[in-house]
Amino acid sequence: MAAAVRFLLKSAACSKASNVTNGVHSGLGPASLRLSPKCDPHSRTQTRHAAHFTFQADPTPTEYGQTQKMNLFQSITSALDNTLSKDPTAVIFGEDVAFGGVFRCTVGLRDKYGQDRVFNTPLCEQGIVGFGIGIAVTGATAVAEIQFADYIYPAFDQIVNEAAKYRYRSGNLFDCGSLTIRAPWGCVGHGSLYHSQSPEAFFAHCPGVKIVIPRSPVQAKGLLLSCIEDKNPCIFFEPKILYRAAVEQVPVEPYHIPLSQAEVLQEGSDVTLVAWGTQVHVMREVANMAQEKLGVSCELIDLQTILPWDTDTVCKVRCSSILYLICVSEEGQFNIYFLFIKSFHIITWAASSSNTSI
Amino acid sequence: MDRQGQIINPAEDPQLPKEEVLNFYQTMTLLNTMDRILYESQRQGRISFYMTNYGEEGTHIGSAAALKPTDLVFGQYREAGVLLYRGFPLDRFMAQCYANADDLGKGRQMPVHYGSKEHNFVTISSPLATQIPQAAGAAYALKRENADHAVICYFGEGAASEGDAHAGFNFAATLECPIIFFCRNNGYAISTPTNEQYRGDGIAARGPGYGMMSIRVDGNDVFAVYNATKEARRRATAENQPFLIEAMTYRIGHHSTSDDSSAYRSVDEVNYWDKQDHPISRLRQHMVSRGWWDEEQERAWRKQSRRRVMEAFEQAERRLKPSLDLMFTDVYNELPPHLHRQRQDMWRHVKQHTEHYPLEQYDN
Repeated sequence: MAAAVRFLLKSAACSKASNVTNGVHSGLGPASLRLSPKCDPHSRTQTRHAAHFTFQADPTPTEYGQTQKMNLFQSITSALDNTLSKDPTAVIFGEDVAFGGVFRCTVGLRDKYGQDRVFNTPLCEQGIVGFGIGIAVTGATAVAEIQFADYIYPAFDQIVNEAAKYRYRSGNLFDCGSLTIRAPWGCVGHGSLYHSQSPEAFFAHCPGVKIVIPRSPVQAKGLLLSCIEDKNPCIFFEPKILYRAAVEQVPVEPYHIPLSQAEVLQEGSDVTLVAWGTQVHVMREVANMAQEKLGVSCELIDLQTILPWDTDTVCKVRCSSILYLICVSEEGQFNIYFLFIKSFHIITWAASSSNTSI
Repeated sequence: MDRQGQIINPAEDPQLPKEEVLNFYQTMTLLNTMDRILYESQRQGRISFYMTNYGEEGTHIGSAAALKPTDLVFGQYREAGVLLYRGFPLDRFMAQCYANADDLGKGRQMPVHYGSKEHNFVTISSPLATQIPQAAGAAYALKRENADHAVICYFGEGAASEGDAHAGFNFAATLECPIIFFCRNNGYAISTPTNEQYRGDGIAARGPGYGMMSIRVDGNDVFAVYNATKEARRRATAENQPFLIEAMTYRIGHHSTSDDSSAYRSVDEVNYWDKQDHPISRLRQHMVSRGWWDEEQERAWRKQSRRRVMEAFEQAERRLKPSLDLMFTDVYNELPPHLHRQRQDMWRHVKQHTEHYPLEQYDN
């Protein structure tokens, strides 16, 4: 059976800003409105537009016990609370985490668990990650926060040359598997160049680390707990636009969502859409629009783990004679191009091993 | 000690017993012998690369002796004497340099990238100064364990220019880590002399800028190094604060087998340090003056140490290379599906073209 495989790469950028007051980083908005008494707060130039997508909550999970209404940052706090509670070696550190964090992900934890376990570090990302690696080398659990994914680059050497290679280069004598790095990620509307980045592609072909990006509070808590438990250094990117906007019923007790297992959110027969983080919700709308307006049936996959990614789920060869794959990401087109050049080889392999020709 | 091995200030004599001083000397000279043989073996094409420790043996042994065996060591690459002092066998040094099946590192790294869990010596990596903030983090975690463990972190004066060094010092000071930062100031970072590396007063002078206590010590005086490290260790663990030791020494050898230092420094300069201020000769003179060593013992020891090194060397040469499977393991703690597939592909390819792949040399 002949199968044609065509790749359509699309980069979806945020077109409009969110009108939700997102805490510290958006403090400038309301203040500028009050500058001049002649300002009309309702004129078009002053109004901030609503987000261009709607967060779609998943059904409340029933298999993990009692749930509580939480937004994304609260689900992160819950995961960290669970971790500090059951792992006495666990420590959380980074810039401004002591008072609760600029996105409120660590609120209350220092008071509850002590200043030796939840603490500020100097303003130095290479130090934060290097320090975290060192903690993990002793076997203790290290959760390092980078304040924005846009600022992860000073730590690039420590992540790529050190953390990722620690186990391999030492012949498994030493490792930093108990290190997890968390960072707010992605478009928020007004973040501009340096508060909006999606840098996962820079790390996507660095063997030895895992990269995980959740789409929702329930996913975030389960995936973060899996990253923390995972015996490999993990980078966990948290879609900042969802910190307040995404609200779900989230289990209070710890639970784990497995890494490297993509989730098929809806079945379809004509096109496969692959997305992660915020864009999953955009793609949900796209899938509906495609069905209504074009009569196209879309399968939607949330990749969740970017590295190592679930090639089996994504690259399942279907019975139809034509396969379209659309990958959506907030990163630049050029970046995801590399990620999917690699995947092209996987797909050609998958096709050849099932005796289809490209 | 002065350059003739005489104690300058008796109050500062650590008064170590004879056996321990002999052990210092024999470890330093064994290291020297191993360096000579492995350097030669690289010249002969037997190993790919090597870095000697000539002239810096005092910094290694003096500091290592002042620590507990359970203290964690983060090194840069020129601290083999620390590992040797702790008891890492010659076989294992050789195995790592030959990347054979006995290498604890499974043959993955260039020579001299030693590591030993048993000896609490974290595996060396090539990027410079990356170990410095890591060492601070390890010290923080060990402080929380409350088990009287210190961390020592070695680096050269060149690596101290890296941002990671600044990060590590600042973190250790602000987060109150029980750590000794040990800088081997040996005059050169490959070809770059210290006056092109920094304009300030060396590395020790930077400590107070971080709120960290520092000391500068004669790195070629093994007793001085011992004293400084001992006191730093005692206070670091008692007070949970970092200490910075800058040991002044000289890199007598080339940076590595890929370097010919006559391109940037005079042979006279090197000879001066080799003849006038060498940690091994200073200690020997001290031992001789105390009646603990003589020419006959020196001759016998040289023969014995050379024989030990040669035996380990010959054995390492004969050993098989590590299994090809080990190219794929330990990337993650478990082999992921895509690496499993790559491994299968590799074996399929290699078995199909055995005439191009000398499989008999590998421990498969």
